[in-house]
Amino acid sequence: MTTIIQPSTKPTLRAWLTADVTTSPRQARLQRAYFGWRRLSGNHLTMFGLSVLLFLVMVAVLAPVLAPQGYDAQSLTDRLAAPSAAHWFGTDDLGRDVLARMVYGTRVTLMIACLVAVIAAPLGLLIGTTSGYFGGWVDIVLMRINDVFLSFPGLILALGFVAALGPGIRNAVIAIALTAWPPIARLARAETLTLRNADYIAAVRIQGASPLRIILRHIVPMCLSSVIVRITLNMAGIILTAAALGFLGLGAQPPMPEWGSMLAVGRAHLSGAWWVSTVPGLAILVTSLAFNLLGDGLRDVLDPRSDT
Amino acid sequence: MRLSVLKALARQAGSVATTLLGLLALTFFMGRMLPTDPVLAIVGDQADQATHDMVYHQLGLDKPLYMQFFLYIRSMLSGDFGNALFTGHRVADDLMKVFPATVELATFAIIIGVGVGVPLGVLAAVYRGSIIDHVARVVGLLGYSTPSFWLGLMGLILFYATLGWVGGPGRLDVAYMDSIDTHTGFTTIDALLDGDMDVFWNAVRHIVLPASILGYTSMAYISRMTRSFMLEQMAQEYMVAARVKGLSGWAVIRRHAFRNILVQLVTVIALAYAFLLEGAVLTETVFAWPGFGHYLVSGLLAGDMNAVLACVLLVGIIFIGLNLLTDVLYRLLDPRTR
Repeated sequence: MTTIIQPSTKPTLRAWLTADVTTSPRQARLQRAYFGWRRLSGNHLTMFGLSVLLFLVMVAVLAPVLAPQGYDAQSLTDRLAAPSAAHWFGTDDLGRDVLARMVYGTRVTLMIACLVAVIAAPLGLLIGTTSGYFGGWVDIVLMRINDVFLSFPGLILALGFVAALGPGIRNAVIAIALTAWPPIARLARAETLTLRNADYIAAVRIQGASPLRIILRHIVPMCLSSVIVRITLNMAGIILTAAALGFLGLGAQPPMPEWGSMLAVGRAHLSGAWWVSTVPGLAILVTSLAFNLLGDGLRDVLDPRSDT
Repeated sequence: MRLSVLKALARQAGSVATTLLGLLALTFFMGRMLPTDPVLAIVGDQADQATHDMVYHQLGLDKPLYMQFFLYIRSMLSGDFGNALFTGHRVADDLMKVFPATVELATFAIIIGVGVGVPLGVLAAVYRGSIIDHVARVVGLLGYSTPSFWLGLMGLILFYATLGWVGGPGRLDVAYMDSIDTHTGFTTIDALLDGDMDVFWNAVRHIVLPASILGYTSMAYISRMTRSFMLEQMAQEYMVAARVKGLSGWAVIRRHAFRNILVQLVTVIALAYAFLLEGAVLTETVFAWPGFGHYLVSGLLAGDMNAVLACVLLVGIIFIGLNLLTDVLYRLLDPRTR
């Protein structure tokens, strides 16, 4: 009587993810993601950045729960009250709870960051890849325009656009996005130049693919990872610029609880009520630091060439 | 070879000229995007139709767009930026007055940035992975992540309001204002020229905090770049060769590695200096420093497009100029690029 020893037929998820030979494109893709995640999660600083950002997203989502009184509930008898059990971060000049405004301010900051990324990244990608793929006059004209935008520090250019468009959060987002695309376009162009003479592009072209299809389906995906790294690293600067616009009174308008403009309110009460300025400033610092740390870690995983 | 240098120069000049033209087009476009009527801003809403039409004509708004652009370029190139409504002076005169204050601040800042940043970067590279490397890394990361206007406010609370170590906002105490003649526009130098040490020390006490805060960002950038340049050099074989020949550790670093990064470092410092203009907008606002950034923000808040666009244009031109300068320096200093 022979017994057939059956090997465990149910392979673990881990084994499937680390198998030497992949059997499907899906497995290959997930494997890459898994290994990338393992490298990313090995870096404590990156994980710190990521957790801070996840925490902020949660705060933004749960804002009505965390601060049920809302961001503009005033209590003029409690003006500029020091931090206490009732108001952890004190109150501002209109007796509004600073913590509640900080919580709602998270929404504003993350919204600005997301909107700028959503506008600037595709714009930069499209302009950069088009410029790199076609070369010639298209390249020259687009890169000249790019140079003009790059010949300004971001804040100055954003100030110029805000001056032209008028203050307000919507215009601030447009202004910052207009200053954020050029570095991405330049990066995407450089990537495209290395790809455009590759054999697989030639193969696609021979099959009759249109330039638009080649760019969108075959070049853009190859540029994505470095663009993601760049936009994450730039996000720190974007948040600082947005806060600076708010601070100067050109971004979010009252009573919107934007961190930069909250900080500006505290300017008048520095010696008496330090918390009004200190808390939003720390929040801006931590958020921007988190993006920097995450970006550094992502660069190590997604873009092994730029090893500094 | 001579010809190739000339060709490169011609190409460079062409590229600078087109960038400059693009810059003018951009500021022109910004000026036209304005949703409000520029005529109304000048004549006010009490003026009758005839006055309105006259100013409309005087501003050249009845001409075709390309003519307006041409006229705009002509007046910009001749240094005529129009009048600043919020000061009542010509913008060009205003800029001449406020710019020295910014240059003075930026120069102090870059001295701090280079003075701390370069040694920190070198040490971080030499003692890679040590505690000093980590400190340099943290200092750098914080420099990239800290809102400078917040740091300025915190500095004012701590060093001015609480400890009283430094002077408050402005370039001088009120008591000292107008006590020295203007020679160069730099308060510290003017005070020295007048031989008035009281004013000089007062000016130093006022500049040290804003300059440190402004310089911090460039220090972060400079130390990070210095570190990576040094690491690149220290991985070269000539370093090993120099050691094998018996040179001591620091002599190798100083005479070989550091000397080789000087060219790259000069371009980084020039760029950092240019970026101080950006930081100056915020630092000057916090410290009520009567410089270019303060002027730009005042113009913005007053909705004065002439002043704002002149400032934007000026920064663009300074950037193009500094980029050109570093390019030329690179060519002059680094024999490999010849």
